[in-house]
Amino acid sequence: MSLFEYAPAPESRSVVDIAPSYGLFIDGAFVPASASGSVFKTVNPASEEVLAEVASAGVEDVDRAVAAARRAFGPWSALPGAERAKYLFRIARIVQERARELAVLESLDNGKPIKESRDVDVPLVAAHFFYYAGWADKLKYAGFGPDPRPLGVAAQVIPWNFPLLMLAWKIAPALAAGNTVVLKPAETTPLSALFFADICQQAELPPGVVNIITGAGETGRALVEHPDVNKVAFTGSTEVGRQIARSVAGTRKRLTLELGGKAANIVFDDAPIDQAVEGIVNGIFFNQGHVCCAGSRLLVQESAYDTVLAALKRRMATLRVGDPLDKNTDVGAINSAAQLARIRELSEIGAEEGAERWSPPCELPSQGYWFAPTIFTGVTQAHRIAREEIFGPVLSVLTFRTPDEAIEKANNTPYGLSAGIWTEKGSLMLAMADKLRAGVVWANTFNKFDPTSPFGGYKESGYGREGGRHGLEAYLA
Amino acid sequence: MPFMTATATSGLPDVSGSAFNLRSFLHGLPGVDKVGVEARAAALGTRSVKTTAKAAAIDLAIRMVDLTTLEGADTPGKVRALSAKALRPDPADPSCPSVAAICVYPAMVPVAAEVLAGSGVHLASVATAFPSGQAPLEVKLADTRDAVAGGADEIDMVISRGAFLSGRYDFVFDEIVAVKQACGSAHLKVILETGELGTYDNVRRASWLAMHAGADFIKTSTGKVPVAATLPVTLVMLEAVRDFRAQTGRQVGVKPAGGIRTTKDAIKYLVLINETVGTDWLDPDWFRFGASSLLNDLLMQRTKLTTGHYAGPDYFTLD
Repeated sequence: MSLFEYAPAPESRSVVDIAPSYGLFIDGAFVPASASGSVFKTVNPASEEVLAEVASAGVEDVDRAVAAARRAFGPWSALPGAERAKYLFRIARIVQERARELAVLESLDNGKPIKESRDVDVPLVAAHFFYYAGWADKLKYAGFGPDPRPLGVAAQVIPWNFPLLMLAWKIAPALAAGNTVVLKPAETTPLSALFFADICQQAELPPGVVNIITGAGETGRALVEHPDVNKVAFTGSTEVGRQIARSVAGTRKRLTLELGGKAANIVFDDAPIDQAVEGIVNGIFFNQGHVCCAGSRLLVQESAYDTVLAALKRRMATLRVGDPLDKNTDVGAINSAAQLARIRELSEIGAEEGAERWSPPCELPSQGYWFAPTIFTGVTQAHRIAREEIFGPVLSVLTFRTPDEAIEKANNTPYGLSAGIWTEKGSLMLAMADKLRAGVVWANTFNKFDPTSPFGGYKESGYGREGGRHGLEAYLA
Repeated sequence: MPFMTATATSGLPDVSGSAFNLRSFLHGLPGVDKVGVEARAAALGTRSVKTTAKAAAIDLAIRMVDLTTLEGADTPGKVRALSAKALRPDPADPSCPSVAAICVYPAMVPVAAEVLAGSGVHLASVATAFPSGQAPLEVKLADTRDAVAGGADEIDMVISRGAFLSGRYDFVFDEIVAVKQACGSAHLKVILETGELGTYDNVRRASWLAMHAGADFIKTSTGKVPVAATLPVTLVMLEAVRDFRAQTGRQVGVKPAGGIRTTKDAIKYLVLINETVGTDWLDPDWFRFGASSLLNDLLMQRTKLTTGHYAGPDYFTLD
């Protein structure tokens, strides 16, 4: 026990009212699933408590949702951009007004710490809607021709790591450009999307412009394979991304994919060490490492290895793992039992392959899905934990000697979503950024997001960009 | 004055054998990224410290206060009153701890010494041509000796920022060594005046310079320039004392001063200590707040926690 132990500081659950069951949001109204559908339960990963029963959309429901989006497309795309912008601004403001409720809800359903849902996820959601609202009446000037047209109905499938934020990344540009959407949130985190449906009603968005259908992989497959869909946008694993690319091949559907990553976070010996350590921690332990652009491979220059590792371990010992609703929690719960099993499996393989495993002493709650922040040292490019995406709070530490070697190792991966560089030398920073095959390169920072900045991958991390002016391109023809 | 040369047995790196060595050492320290350090300090500032943790933090913060009056208008009457308050900050509640120290100008030291004698409350005096430090070394040393002779057991000196900013690190180093000698057994707090140093890199270098020259404490500010203590500056200084101890085995204290007025602010500093250097520094021997108005806010919050309601400002002494 330390001399200065923070007393529990739980955020109140009473700000969010979760109904016992939820239907599908189709054509502006909540409806039960048809006979082809079913129901499933969503749980709080920190306690395994059931939060609500949610409808699982069957083929007929997908059909109804796509039909509703198709009907809405004509009038919605015919609205002047400034009118569409009004709805987006309204949604952004309602998100801000309901920020606390949405943050608590997200932490309950996802397991992420309240400080992250409160200070990162929800503010960025509002920022995305504000940003794309501004584009809605300026599409002619976005650089995609004198009269860019919307594509039609967009089928969007999003992951569980940033449920509401990924929804915003998908819906805001689609609507600004004049498309209508059918969105499927992840099976383990459907609630914030359903609350977003309520926000659409509150904003009096015309029925059918946004449709939310919940369900598992089969629902997603039915949606992306639906013949009346013009555009498919997917964020998730590379494996599912491949299946989607296959199913879309040969159709006229447009496709953007934002997939996995195995980012290198490169620390040179002249780095600002204390801030680099913060960046390493933020890179891999932010959101329990459930981040596609997580800095999961730490590349440290050998001449700074001892210093960086000692500082990193010292810092990791101060991470507070536990109740996601406690305002002082740094690392929350793993999102699902399945994900926890995957993290455990890869970590065991790491140890078996000879890497040295270390975690700070930390007590994990007995209920729920938990994994202590972990680093592996002595990792080489040949280890599976250096190649496969773990999508958990597990960092592989590798070393390099020269900038060229750092580039070679950083790029030696099938992925290419993000990378980080830590040095006080500007010329080195720019030279490295030039050679790194990654969609986002952060210099002396990590995991910084902004709606004005495009985000997306190279190689097996996907194609297309989200965010910024570039993000509009995926929704315009 | 020859440079203090480190010996092999002291564990100190030979930073002061020459001006060149000193400069190389200070410029070889890892840089500080401004955006990163400010983000880290802001993030720690969001810690929620409530109920029992808050009560403990308030009492600790009171015990860490260097209750300060550094005005041209200071009189024996004012200093006596403040010293009495240092001993019993809350006359209505005997369970309220005393503050760490009184901090006054050298001329006021004998007055405070009389009141504080035998109490355990320390008596700090600013010296060395506070606050500018723009005086000949002999004047600074005489200032220091006078304060110690008058009864001060802690000396808060200022560094020559002009010399530091013009790169004459050896000059600054030698001054600190000389003042430390003049202090005798009194503890030496070295004021870096971070608001005039301009960059976090300079704060880190000045911290290491002062520690290697023998500082017992490093202190942010005089309180006489527009920018005084800030969380990120204090974070950089805490990192410096942490790394210095790891390298040399000697622990040095930290004192942010100026601009810390509320309990909420004070608790942010305690969180910073807790999560940067750990509990070894959560003690008045190793961390101080240079402040005047902070104390009454701490007392007000303390009363609120025990009674459940806020008492008006008239219930707290104005000294």
